[in-house]
Amino acid sequence: MDLSYGSEYETFRTEVQTFLEKHKDTPTQGALRSENVLNWQRTLIENGYAARTIPKEYGGYGAEPNILESRIIAEEFANAQMSQGQGGQGISMLVPTLLEMGTEEQKKQFIGPTIRGEMIWCQGYSEPSAGSDLASLRTSAVLDGDEWVINGQKIWTSTAHMADWIFCLVRTEPEAPKHQGISFLLFRMDSPGIDVRPLVDMTLNANFNEVFFTDVRVPKDQIVGQRGQGWLVANSILGFERGSLASPDAMLMRLNALIDLMQKETINGQSLMTYPSYRDRLMQIQARVMAMQFNDMRILSSRINKNQDTKLASMIVKLQGTELRHELEALALDVMGELGMAIGDNPYLRDKGLWQYHYMYFLGLIIGGGTNQIQKNIIGERGLGLPREPKVEINK
Amino acid sequence: MEFGLSEEQILLQDSVNRFLSDQVPLDRVRKFAEEKDAGDDIWQGLVELGIPGLIIPEASGGVGLGKLDAAVVSECLGYHVTPAPFIGTVIMAPVALIESGKREDLLRAIAAGESKVGVAFGESIGARADAGIEFDGSKLTGKALFVLDYLADFVLVATNDKKLLLVSSDADGLDKRELTTVERTRRTGELVFNNTPAELISEDLEVYLKVLDAGRVMLAADTLGAAQNMIDQSVAYAKVREQFNRPIGSFQAVKHMCAEMVANLEPCRALVWYAGYALDEVPEEARLTACHTKAHLSEVGKAVSKTATEVHGGMGFTDLLGLHYWFKRIGFNRQILGAPELIREEAARVQNLVT
Ligand SMILES: Cc1cc2nc3c(=O)[nH]c(=O)nc-3n(C[C@H](O)[C@H](O)[C@H](O)COP(=O)(O)OP(=O)(O)OC[C@H]3O[C@@H](n4cnc5c(N)ncnc54)[C@H](O)[C@@H]3O)c2cc1C
Repeated sequence: MDLSYGSEYETFRTEVQTFLEKHKDTPTQGALRSENVLNWQRTLIENGYAARTIPKEYGGYGAEPNILESRIIAEEFANAQMSQGQGGQGISMLVPTLLEMGTEEQKKQFIGPTIRGEMIWCQGYSEPSAGSDLASLRTSAVLDGDEWVINGQKIWTSTAHMADWIFCLVRTEPEAPKHQGISFLLFRMDSPGIDVRPLVDMTLNANFNEVFFTDVRVPKDQIVGQRGQGWLVANSILGFERGSLASPDAMLMRLNALIDLMQKETINGQSLMTYPSYRDRLMQIQARVMAMQFNDMRILSSRINKNQDTKLASMIVKLQGTELRHELEALALDVMGELGMAIGDNPYLRDKGLWQYHYMYFLGLIIGGGTNQIQKNIIGERGLGLPREPKVEINK
Repeated sequence: MEFGLSEEQILLQDSVNRFLSDQVPLDRVRKFAEEKDAGDDIWQGLVELGIPGLIIPEASGGVGLGKLDAAVVSECLGYHVTPAPFIGTVIMAPVALIESGKREDLLRAIAAGESKVGVAFGESIGARADAGIEFDGSKLTGKALFVLDYLADFVLVATNDKKLLLVSSDADGLDKRELTTVERTRRTGELVFNNTPAELISEDLEVYLKVLDAGRVMLAADTLGAAQNMIDQSVAYAKVREQFNRPIGSFQAVKHMCAEMVANLEPCRALVWYAGYALDEVPEEARLTACHTKAHLSEVGKAVSKTATEVHGGMGFTDLLGLHYWFKRIGFNRQILGAPELIREEAARVQNLVT
């Protein structure tokens, strides 16, 4: 254990602070691909505050991984309440996968524009009859000359209505066992034959979609890995997604906002913080957030020092993180009482209604990305070596 | 820069674990619990490993290691439900003596494995009816309950107003009586002070808090180890116990119980490490992390100890299997030196969230 912030780190912190101070009035928010967002993203990458460890030749900043630096950046951006730039499935899932499994050409073609926020991706995995049992997916791709021809349907596809490209799991070998017949394709969302129909979720936003494919033609080489290896490729991605759904830095920001809220809001003129039962729940959540932060530092550290075994520590992040975040947001609602129910144009709305929104949104993330029940199966079977359930023949 | 145990810490962990699994198996623990022997052989083994002087500076005859190293050892002791006077003798008393600069001779005797020290802190945290201790400048009066290792050569006493004193076990006006608790791997008792001579070790609140924080982190580490053992036993049992012609671990209800235990406990490992490290290296965060670590491990430990017992079915409930030794150790760690609600209140105050 060595977390001493030596003087070089203090210098680094000062650099980050100076950067943030200089940019405190720079506009960072806006629609995807808007000028503000693209400019801010470019500035972040140039200074090493986004795409920090992505190699230079693919458009990243090219730094060595370093936990303390990453932590300093996260802390300082959180203190300054400044955006750490673009996220999304392209950046958090596809880029790491391409780095691991992509061809040199694919890396050159896709990583740069994706990390700059110019190329927006969606993830086409789930289908109406293939959710938890993802490997039973049926959308088919048949090779016709130099092109794949795709037919079928995806569902719950987040951001499909805004995406330029999709990374998609399709069945290319219908005769093979179900895990070995899948391929991982990349194609443009404006290809002829794609129909996107938004689905409204419980937050009353249309964040995800149904996506229909009718004879969509995709160049043969837009495949990551070999034919039939798509399951492997996808699994290397899912690990990244799961971690990114429950970022401990975001959790810390929300915890700090909750502390603010509880200090400012009152009942009968008394700050909420003076109510022991609220305070007790807050302290319980704070301890758990702290534990998840250190757990994350431990995982990061093990990426550098390969001797450390953090298999279980990594496997539990999605399950613990999403549940904890949901509870954190729930505490805010409880301490606000009726005010916690306000949304939309309600004049008593607090913090733009974000508490209620996140409370529901994180229920979505408890389900999305592999449900938390499926997470428990994975921890039990792959983490602890418990036996799988026996296969049963079901008479249809 | 690294977040994890060093090679030396892993070696230390291995050697303590090896000694405990060879020399202090559950049968030995059971003998300590049932026949109330003194556990001298266990202590002697720990002395040979250099455990008593773990955090005592080399200049005073110790090993000069840090609190994280000590937490690693505490985790091993919890894992093996080892009866040993660790929290008082190896941690709290040395911290008190080192921080106050008092009784170098005793520090040396502790490092050499010649003296043991119990701890009476309950009254400084929250005195129950009938209990409470006052110091008049030379003598102690009052009553301390649930004194850990109350038969030790000395007891480190914290008064209601958080002064630290050292009392010799043969001091005048000191009455002792065993207090039976569910946890039989530790000896706890009542001390009644009747104008009992005592040596003032510190009136400095900062010293008191350092001693308390160190004790709490070590109890949390003990719970981490004990809970990990319960998970290991549960997973092993779930793989071999069969019902309905299949291992019970293939039933999701059982599998998910195991997964939940791991998901709750695994982040605790990083929390305990950081809390141990912070005691020495990050003083500005040490208080808060010690509070949160003790309280959080108490909650997770409680859940794990319940679930692990359930995974074992009726067998889990028996004395024969002995799982209850871990269950009770975790329960004891939860109450001693401050139960979770009290500590969380302290955590809020440490951050000035309430005044
Ligand atoms: C907010 C959100 C965003 C999403 N975004 C995307 C996206 O961008 N791209 C994409 O491809 N998909 C996306 N999804 C889909 C998501 O991956 C699936 O919803 C999820 O995998 C569950 O599948 P399902 O909805 O079909 O539920 P089902 O699989 O039908 O599950 C229903 C219930 O049964 C349980 N269950 C099923 N099988 C088992 C089992 N073996 N053991 C124990 N319990 C079981 C589940 O845990 C759940 O409680 C998103 C979902 C949400 C909620």
